[in-house]
Amino acid sequence: MAPTSERERQPLDFPSAALPLLHDAQLRGNVRHATDVIQGKRFRVVAEMPDWQSLREAGRQVRAHTLDYLDVYLEQFEQRCTAAGGHVHWARDTAEANRIVLQLAQNPTGRVIKIKSMTTEETGLNHALEAAGIQPIETDLAELIVQLGHDKPSHIVAPALHKNRHQVRELFVRAMNLPDLGDRPEDLAEAARVYLRQQFLSTPVAISGANFLIAETGGVCIVESEGNGRMCLTLPQKLISFAGIDKIIPRFSDLEVMLQLLPRSATGERMNPYNSVWTGVHPGDGPQEFHVVLLDNRRTEVLRDPEARETLQCIRCGACQNACPVYRQTGGHAYGSVYAGPIGAILTPQLALMERGQSLPYASTLCGACYEVCPVKINIPEILIHLRGRVVTGRPSYLRALHPEAMMMRGMQWMFLSETRFRLAQRFGRIAQRPWIRRSGWIERLPSILGGWTRTRDLRPLPQQSFREWFQARPSASTGSHSTLPPQVSSEPPEVPHG
Amino acid sequence: MRIALFVTCYNDTLFPEVGIAVVRVLERLGHTIDFPYAQTCCGQMHYNTGYLPEALPLVRRFVEIFRNSEAVCVPSSSCVGMMREHYEKIALASGDKALQSEMAALLPRVYEFTELLVHRLGVEDVGAVYPHRVTYHASCHSLRNLHLGDVPIRLLRNVRDLELIPMEATDLCCGFGGTFSIKNADVSGAMLEEKLQYVQKTQAEVCTACDNSCLMHIGGALHRQRVNIRTEHIATILGSDSISPASRKGA
Amino acid sequence: MAEARVPDVPATDPLSARSEILARIRSANRASISDARTLSAEEAWQRIPRNYRDAGLLTESDRIELFTERLREYGAGVSSSQPAQVADTIAEILRKRNKQTMLLSSGVDPNWLPQDGVRFVADNELSYAEMEACDGVLTGCTVAIAVTGTLALCHESIRGRRALTLLPDYHLCVVEAATIVETVPEGMRALEPHRTQPITLISGPSATADIEMTRIQGVHGPRVLDVVIVV
Repeated sequence: MAPTSERERQPLDFPSAALPLLHDAQLRGNVRHATDVIQGKRFRVVAEMPDWQSLREAGRQVRAHTLDYLDVYLEQFEQRCTAAGGHVHWARDTAEANRIVLQLAQNPTGRVIKIKSMTTEETGLNHALEAAGIQPIETDLAELIVQLGHDKPSHIVAPALHKNRHQVRELFVRAMNLPDLGDRPEDLAEAARVYLRQQFLSTPVAISGANFLIAETGGVCIVESEGNGRMCLTLPQKLISFAGIDKIIPRFSDLEVMLQLLPRSATGERMNPYNSVWTGVHPGDGPQEFHVVLLDNRRTEVLRDPEARETLQCIRCGACQNACPVYRQTGGHAYGSVYAGPIGAILTPQLALMERGQSLPYASTLCGACYEVCPVKINIPEILIHLRGRVVTGRPSYLRALHPEAMMMRGMQWMFLSETRFRLAQRFGRIAQRPWIRRSGWIERLPSILGGWTRTRDLRPLPQQSFREWFQARPSASTGSHSTLPPQVSSEPPEVPHG
Repeated sequence: MRIALFVTCYNDTLFPEVGIAVVRVLERLGHTIDFPYAQTCCGQMHYNTGYLPEALPLVRRFVEIFRNSEAVCVPSSSCVGMMREHYEKIALASGDKALQSEMAALLPRVYEFTELLVHRLGVEDVGAVYPHRVTYHASCHSLRNLHLGDVPIRLLRNVRDLELIPMEATDLCCGFGGTFSIKNADVSGAMLEEKLQYVQKTQAEVCTACDNSCLMHIGGALHRQRVNIRTEHIATILGSDSISPASRKGA
Repeated sequence: MAEARVPDVPATDPLSARSEILARIRSANRASISDARTLSAEEAWQRIPRNYRDAGLLTESDRIELFTERLREYGAGVSSSQPAQVADTIAEILRKRNKQTMLLSSGVDPNWLPQDGVRFVADNELSYAEMEACDGVLTGCTVAIAVTGTLALCHESIRGRRALTLLPDYHLCVVEAATIVETVPEGMRALEPHRTQPITLISGPSATADIEMTRIQGVHGPRVLDVVIVV
């Protein structure tokens, strides 16, 4: 079992995980502010690109093509990277990946410096390092905030957006022993600069993620803003880069697409401050020992599902999170995984083989905002619906027929397959609702699962005449028509009482 | 033209005034309405909740009923979105070639109500009179599945005496999402609360949209909070003439 | 020294991990895209439609103007200079910035260096501490991209290792007008011959927006960036 926290292993229920977050006004305010700011910036820099839709299509095709030829490109990457002096390791699951890193990360200081990496969060690498007596030091400002607060990242590109400046100051004052620290963002960034500079210069091993692995050259590309990435990639003697097998792109020139799509989508910048590309070991410049760990961890299972494999096209920009009206209310923690928001709602259940996170595909109104902003055109709403289908069909057979929801769905279908039954149901509803209609003329409280509706909203009762009854009763040029339907779309009872 | 009306199951049952208004507008424009009584539901609830096999007979039923229609009018963008986004996939999954070809022939003739008026019939002024302050909620499906853009707005601008008040964040999801509103009632409520802030800020009398599903959700909360703004489907606004439409208050 | 305790997980054959993952991929792709792979990877890659803007449309002066504007938006200082006046321009900038000791990447044209007022330190296997002790670094630039205000440094062609432009708190970069392209695709194409070198793309000084989404300029890299465009 992977050395992940308890939380990672427990089944996750989105509605109940979201509940305390909805009551955290501070957190919701921070999340809304942050997503509004990034969304606004993204909108401006995307609007100025007349060829944005062509870029998205090219991005989608490059990523889809890579997945179709993933074995070819991974082998090519391994061969070129090795030829350039790097070492490539393969890990089937998180435990294997962490074990490889633990063996490589040992060094006399007992510390490693780290660049923000979703993939190491996925494997719970920091826990594994700590358990082995190696202290991981997160160097991205937001990740450092998360680490010092013993917290969890809440957003792909802005992991600490749920903390405001006062909360950050408190953390820094304690961890860095700086009682006089101010709380302007500038003061906090300066404190981090001084605190981390010493770590950069004295720690011999760095661990990074990777934004893109370039099959053609065996090179790695990392996109960042603060310079902590460059420090980790340049100063230590040994560098270990950790990447999912999905992070491959075929050629160096494909960066011309990715480096346009990613920064504009992720942070709303035309280009992020620093992009680094390196290939194996460069004599006299940077780490002289370089390792890449390629992680599967059920990505190959995602690849196997024709309806959902495009999930792996993701380039981790986080635009879908900023656009998501659900994420906007809850922040990332409700998703119970390092991958939050719409992409998390489709990726997490798949990486967990649908065992955990069955509520995640339902944590969406299918509003489509995520698909609209996705730089590689992942049709997230479609995949959400597909995964809902997998949740339904994945129920144990004895439950499949008796599950209340399934029974309701079948009942509704039975009703809708007969005009007579539909009319009777309309009439029945008008009678059944009577005890629930309040003096206001509306329904204000409903029983059982329908009570979810009336918790925050009233319901207008069914009117005394349905549309079809009105239409049938009117004298007019327009006409209703009766059709005789074949049995597969109709289970009409033999007698037709209406008319 | 002879236009077939698919009124949708929930408009039929809960909001008959929408169908009545559609009939009124289209007849006023000189068209004839055909209402096949066998129609029930498009299957969206089943499909979106993960019950594709259960949705299939409903999809077949729709195609069977409307396959010979010249044009099908649907006063609900989410139902049209269901058809455009998912029907072909459902037909494909069924393996039924005849269904696939009938569907391919039928789908281009299915229109959301405002889309039918503007894109198919070329009408932007339906001769309606509506002396009220109105704000428009751009529902997700009208916006991102049907790409209606400013089609509904163009129609509303041509309504006499109607004062159209723009809504901030008009494209923000209201939080309905079908079974989402029940499965994730708390999150749905939080989303709605934010949407309501924008609705209230307009100080309109009426909030309208191309989807009664959103409006049922928004209107239900406005009523719960005793806010003096009511919801009306765009069809009932376009169907009103010099006489003010039957107000729903205290229905 | 911390004694690392590797968890008690049975070691597996690393070669089998490799072959197993590749086998999983092949089987997954066979199952889900069946016969879609009729072409070679090379041929299929060639067929990816690339209808986005490739070549730029601007004249040289407009391109330089756009580049200047974008750099300024990032908070970088920008000056332009005739080839013969580069040394004077640099002297002026360094005097204003009060920089006395500057690291020098070895590819820099000696004619650009002011004769006095500044001490230039070549990178003769300097330690990181020695680099940090300098007031700044002076480098050239391999390619610059106007649309994004990007300086691309290929570290072999500018002849300087990556740490040079990282440890000092100040970076002065000289860009020759002929190396400025308009679009990202043009820039990446110009970098193609250097693609296996270490490459750093710099777009403004380092920055973060991690605290309340407030952009703060200068975190770990050089906090101040000046660019001299040689026209």
